[in-house]
Amino acid sequence: MRTNDLILKTTTNIIVFIILAFSFKLFLAGHNMPGGGFIGGLMTSGAIILMYLTYGIGPINKVFRVPFTILVAIGLSIAVATGIGSFIFGQPFLSHTDGYFYLPILGKSHLATAVLFDVGVYLTVIGVTMTIILSIAEDR
Amino acid sequence: MSNFNNLAILPILLPIIAAILSVFLNKKTTMTKWMTGIFVIVQSILAFSLLAYVLQNGPIILEAGDWPAPYGIIIVADELAMLLVTTTSIIAIAAAFYGFKTVHAKEQKFYFYMFFHFLIAGVSGAFLTGDLFNLFVFFEVLLMASYGLIILGGEKQQFRESIKYVLINVFSSVLFVTTVAFLYSVVGTVNMAQLAVRVGEAGQSGILTTIGIMLFVVFATKGAIFPLYFWLPKSYAVPHPVVSTLFGALLTKVGLYSILRTFTLIFGHQADFTHQLFIILGVLTILFGVAGALSTYNIKLIIAYNIIPAVGFIMIGIGVYSVTSLAGAVYYLVHDMIIKAALFLLVGTIIAITGTSDIRKMGGLIHRYPVLGWSFFLSSLVLAGIPPFSGFIGKYLLVRGGFETGNYIALIVALLLSLLILLSVFRIFIGVFWGEEAEQEKSKPIVSTTGYLAPIIFLLLFSVVLGVGADYIYPYIQYIGDTLANPSYYIENVLKE
Repeated sequence: MRTNDLILKTTTNIIVFIILAFSFKLFLAGHNMPGGGFIGGLMTSGAIILMYLTYGIGPINKVFRVPFTILVAIGLSIAVATGIGSFIFGQPFLSHTDGYFYLPILGKSHLATAVLFDVGVYLTVIGVTMTIILSIAEDR
Repeated sequence: MSNFNNLAILPILLPIIAAILSVFLNKKTTMTKWMTGIFVIVQSILAFSLLAYVLQNGPIILEAGDWPAPYGIIIVADELAMLLVTTTSIIAIAAAFYGFKTVHAKEQKFYFYMFFHFLIAGVSGAFLTGDLFNLFVFFEVLLMASYGLIILGGEKQQFRESIKYVLINVFSSVLFVTTVAFLYSVVGTVNMAQLAVRVGEAGQSGILTTIGIMLFVVFATKGAIFPLYFWLPKSYAVPHPVVSTLFGALLTKVGLYSILRTFTLIFGHQADFTHQLFIILGVLTILFGVAGALSTYNIKLIIAYNIIPAVGFIMIGIGVYSVTSLAGAVYYLVHDMIIKAALFLLVGTIIAITGTSDIRKMGGLIHRYPVLGWSFFLSSLVLAGIPPFSGFIGKYLLVRGGFETGNYIALIVALLLSLLILLSVFRIFIGVFWGEEAEQEKSKPIVSTTGYLAPIIFLLLFSVVLGVGADYIYPYIQYIGDTLANPSYYIENVLKE
């Protein structure tokens, strides 16, 4: 018998966007406030897990077409690439730089290359968490 | 224009890049093989040229992120570290090419090459780092990779042994973090060069010696020193031969390198207590390792037990703590990494041919596989330290260092016990290769051993050169022993005072 989980689905639809927005905020806040790639990635995977819980593995797998193991590799390559990027500018490995730029809507913003490294961490954390949970879930 | 010091990170970075690529290429086994082959060869060419450069011009110090030495993470490619990284890359070549032939396609698809490259990255990183906490991180990198490798294949006994292996390593990692915390609270730094300065200034008081011994317990668990060796033999005997090769040649040696580094650089001020302990433990390690090697008929287990006496010899070399004995310890370390890798590959080949690991069920293999037999004979001689070969020169240096400092009894006992090492490997040679072929063996077709033998002969070549070419190699090893016995060399290079 299929239970009617309309309430769960409706609340999930709303809440997932709030969690994703909050995790993205946490991810960007890392430089000046508590937050960063690790906690942001964990929270994003929390939102994804909520979707899996509500809709089941089949439908959500149609949404996420990139397998999560590949996501780990993409995250790692971004992190390594930011380290190697410093080679081109004649700096020691992992040297990072920052600066102030005028962006169209946001105005004067502080942009740092350390964020790119954090993107790597973010993707790796999502990939690892989801790989662990999904491979346990799919194991019958 | 690029920063020259960045070359020091490449022995760590190349395997990491290879590991990431092998995740992307996971399903395409042929491409992964090609990629792995190219990467290990490039890695060892790089390591050899860096070693040559470092021996000519002194250490390369990379301050990651352009932060000066005590504040940032530093990579110290000094003579000893580069020598061991080069040896690691040689073993990586042999293991990779042996793996192409022998690892099942199913296991290769299950991220074998990713784990392989991460293991190499972790080992190279542990050799190159100049920071105690970073050493912990690289230990974890190589241990995580080894957890993945030991379970690959998923047989019942692998599960049983990997539980022990993971438990003991998790425990020792926890102790490692605790020790680093203690050390940080006492001296306020984790940079090895600054640690050495501050521990020297404080005169290595009681609390610092205690922390040093705790650190020794951590590394002794990783490096299988008596009485913390009990987890090693069985967990090294169950995985795939390539995995055993990597474990036997690299993992315990990382623990020994860490002892060598920390107890020459940082905790060298109470040598009459700590280093005397090392000599006693070294002799006991040899005794128990040899006893284990003689106690079994399982050829893989015999070789796994043979790791332990080598660890004991290197411990005695560190314990005697003179220039000659430290040079001997380094020589023996390099020799043992190569010959243990060769022996594990040989034993893996024997098991692949006969389908059993019990000496009593084999016999007469030399009639059909003469090259294999004589390679095994040669590597037994190298292992036991028969004069022209590398094991002899390492032991000779250890003995000379020991007699110079008056440690007669320990070294004579160690030498007598090393005769039993020869006995343990010759038992394999006699049992497996001599005598009549078993009836069921005669009916079997001859297995082509070309792919198996090429990496073994490659390793034996290095091993023989290390012994026969000692005239050329020994001055460098002596120089490395000098730099180890004189910590201010390291400190001045890193802190640039």
